[in-house]
Amino acid sequence: MSNYALISIIICYLAILFYIAFYAEKNAKSKWVNNPFVYTLSLAVYCSAWTYYGSVGIAANSGISFLPIYLGPVIATPLWIVVLRKIIRISKQHKISSIADFVSLRYGNNRFLGALITVICVFGIVPYISLQLKAISETFEIMTYETSYMSTNIFDDSTFYIAVLLALFATFFGTQTSDASEKHRGIVVSVAFESILKLLFFLIIGIYVTYFLFDGTSDIYNKISLTPNFESLTKINGLEAGFDWFFMMMISFIAIFLLPRQFQLSVIENTREKYLKQAIWMFPLYLLLFNIFVIFIAWGGKLSFGNSVNAEYFTLLLPLQNNHVFLALLVFLGGFSAVISMVVVSTLALSTMVSNNLIIPYGFLDKFIKGQPEKNSKYIKNIRRISIFIIIITAYIFYINFSIELSLYSIGLMSFVIISQLAPSFFVGLFWNRGSSKASIIGILVGFFITVYTLVLPFTIEAFTGIHDFTDHGLFNIAALKPYALFGIDFLSPPAHAFFWSMSANVLCYLIFSLTSKGNYRERNYAEMFVDSRNYSSLQDSALVWKGEAYVSDIKNVLNKFLGEERAQRALNLFFLKYKIPPNTQMADARLINFSEKLLTGSIGSASAKILIASVVKEEQISLIEVLKILEESKETIANNKILREKSEELSNLALKLKQANEELISKDKQKDEFLDTVAHELKTPITGIRASTELLMDEDNDMPSEIKAQFLSNMLNDSDRLSRLINNILDFEKLSKGKHELNIKQNNIKITIKQAISSVQQLAINKGIAIINDNLVDFVFSYDEDRIVQVLTNLLSNALKFTEPNKGKITIEYKMINNFVEVYVIDNGKGIPDEDFEYIFDKFYQSKNQNTIKPHGSGLGLAICKQILEQHHGKIWAKKSNKNGATFVFKLPFM
Amino acid sequence: MKKKILIVDDEPNIVMTLEYTFKKQDFEVYIARDGKEALHILENNSPDVVLLDIMMPNVDGYQTLQYIKNQDRLKQTKVVFLTAKNKASDIEKGLKLGADKYLTKPFSLKKIVSEILELLN
Repeated sequence: MSNYALISIIICYLAILFYIAFYAEKNAKSKWVNNPFVYTLSLAVYCSAWTYYGSVGIAANSGISFLPIYLGPVIATPLWIVVLRKIIRISKQHKISSIADFVSLRYGNNRFLGALITVICVFGIVPYISLQLKAISETFEIMTYETSYMSTNIFDDSTFYIAVLLALFATFFGTQTSDASEKHRGIVVSVAFESILKLLFFLIIGIYVTYFLFDGTSDIYNKISLTPNFESLTKINGLEAGFDWFFMMMISFIAIFLLPRQFQLSVIENTREKYLKQAIWMFPLYLLLFNIFVIFIAWGGKLSFGNSVNAEYFTLLLPLQNNHVFLALLVFLGGFSAVISMVVVSTLALSTMVSNNLIIPYGFLDKFIKGQPEKNSKYIKNIRRISIFIIIITAYIFYINFSIELSLYSIGLMSFVIISQLAPSFFVGLFWNRGSSKASIIGILVGFFITVYTLVLPFTIEAFTGIHDFTDHGLFNIAALKPYALFGIDFLSPPAHAFFWSMSANVLCYLIFSLTSKGNYRERNYAEMFVDSRNYSSLQDSALVWKGEAYVSDIKNVLNKFLGEERAQRALNLFFLKYKIPPNTQMADARLINFSEKLLTGSIGSASAKILIASVVKEEQISLIEVLKILEESKETIANNKILREKSEELSNLALKLKQANEELISKDKQKDEFLDTVAHELKTPITGIRASTELLMDEDNDMPSEIKAQFLSNMLNDSDRLSRLINNILDFEKLSKGKHELNIKQNNIKITIKQAISSVQQLAINKGIAIINDNLVDFVFSYDEDRIVQVLTNLLSNALKFTEPNKGKITIEYKMINNFVEVYVIDNGKGIPDEDFEYIFDKFYQSKNQNTIKPHGSGLGLAICKQILEQHHGKIWAKKSNKNGATFVFKLPFM
Repeated sequence: MKKKILIVDDEPNIVMTLEYTFKKQDFEVYIARDGKEALHILENNSPDVVLLDIMMPNVDGYQTLQYIKNQDRLKQTKVVFLTAKNKASDIEKGLKLGADKYLTKPFSLKKIVSEILELLN
């Protein structure tokens, strides 16, 4: 394919991307632009040229070790719901625009920390970008058979123009507003589009290699398995390689959060938190699809070319070898897409950092304070534009001069290890409020220097001088300082080894210095806000640790400079409205200070915002002791409140208990009164009868007929009996209820006991013409007080007799054993128990309202006594509801 | 004309003595064994006096008194409680509800007769 044809195609392709980005920018609110798919696909910026070409190279040369780079993110995705959501929330609240901003804000807008992180990111990412340019250049060369990248004149080099086009693209869509925390929908949508293309084209070439050049996966496998060294390509080599895998996965786990381009797209460009729910399964799926054919392409390439060509470009070389130029072009465009998205997003993210965390806070602030609002905004945009160009040009220069000999894979990993130095400050700082800025700076610096010593330095020395002395013998020929085998750890691959040492030292420094040094009040306030992000707003609003003097008008002036008068006024009005502060307030309070800093953060970064605001605020340094005092006081108030609440709860509980006890007493008193009343009433009735009859019989001039006289005498007798029965019952009941009555427990036979009870009422039954049936002949011998059970049975039988009609009545007694209890049934065919009585029949002196017209004379204690007797036996008595006529009483006794 | 008395009590032994006594005093005696029966009798009869127990099944003495008080037809009927409830509060309650006399059990038949005759004259 000719040079110009390919360039035209590239320009056409870029034009399409411009159009898509433009469309998305114009329709930023459309649901085509805002949906979880676009969000997830944009995250696939992770798959750069390294993935697209590099994975195949690794797979061909060292087997499946390309995988951990994708397994790390897959493991990380479930955590997004918790961790990434928290990061997104905090970033939105603070108008964060980059990872440097995020970390420096966490440690109290530390200017130096922000700058340090920016430098580290630039150091780590620029070579990575240059690698992407190298990929374009090399693939361009393969497609056109030209050797432009060897040219000494950059203006002859097509890669240079491509780099410039990319810079233009990033500039155009990345710096539409001066507020970097604003969304860049155009870039996001074009990245998502490119993600589709690169996956699609990669799958096409995968299918092509596997099913057209070869006869499917098993064909490739069968052929490759015959080649020498095949074993080493398909397995993890022992425990040591396992460690390697582990560290690689950790590195990529961290990278998916911390790479500036990932942070940019997953956090800054996130429009809705809920997209995470889809992203956590779609993103791993994307990575899986991307990796399906890697191994087959690699094997296919190896079978076709052996070791004669660069395995990273098998995807291009295979179709070209078979004269499928169009297919090769698709692959080229897929790789080109991967490059564009990586380069554009990375430079955008880096340029924001460079401008907001390096250039503005360290040089241009004074200028801005004096400048006009329109000019300021223009300055900021220009700084960012220039940064983008400088970054891309630097990457280009780096590529021209250094990266010719470096593989995509090794530079990519180096970049990952450098970026991962931010991890302790980032992750631990999110969940641990003690982490301090000093510790963070020391940790990052130490980790960074170790990475340079153990990875960057030996790698570059070897690559450019070809001398292995440093690697083989260590610094000053000390074996323990061998960069690839520090202190004798020689079994890890260089990146894993560097990661292990740098990360250990980094974490250790971070923890030790965090524990030994406390940050200033500002830092601790922000730490609290980050760690406890749910209480963020209350922390932010109360902002209790601020002491100083500031005028609203001064702050307004600063805001005017950056936001323009109109926007500044609008924001302030909103603020006053929200907190119900009169708009003519003169002195600013802590909330306004915080609010203004937040407003400025998006434009100039948090560190600069702090410095700017501080310039108009006469802030008094609050000593740590004062801060602690304030915190203590608020803590004490909370604690006091808690104690008070507990006490009052205790008191009210006590009052409730007293009330209950009182009620119980009253109720007992009342019960006793009622009992006595009822006893008196029950006693009086027969006495009244006896007294009245006696009076009549005693009458002097008695002309009473003798049969009436006999009737009265008989009544007197009955009443007397009733009286004595009643008295006995009352005494029984009292004894039983006070537990004074001791049972006379012996082995008895229930059959005999029942017979005894029946015989005591037999005469009454015969008189009334009622049959008592007891057919059961089973002997159950167990322990109980026979007299008492006879009393119960007699009572139940008399009740049954009382409530059944003469001559028609029938009473049945049954008993059986159920669950180690002997249950005895007394069943009659009388009028039954009305529903309303059911609950009360075992209460003392309860007499049914529905008793027969002629009142059956009961003491009202019978069933109550039965109940007590059974309770003493650890048994139970109850009445059964039945549909049929009649009542059924059941009692059960434990069989023992 | 014979005076009419309605005796309402659920204790047959007691009723028997009262019945004998008032028949001897030349009263026309009606007997009810609870409030319900009493109301039934009162539908067709207007006795001069009702001797009323309080604690009875179905319809108690208070309810029976209420019924009598609400009937214009029974305006002339005197009501005498005859009950074992002898607490001061019970007596007060009974009189407040409109009973003409409140007598307690156990009782002297002679006293009952004199109290009722006094009430009727």
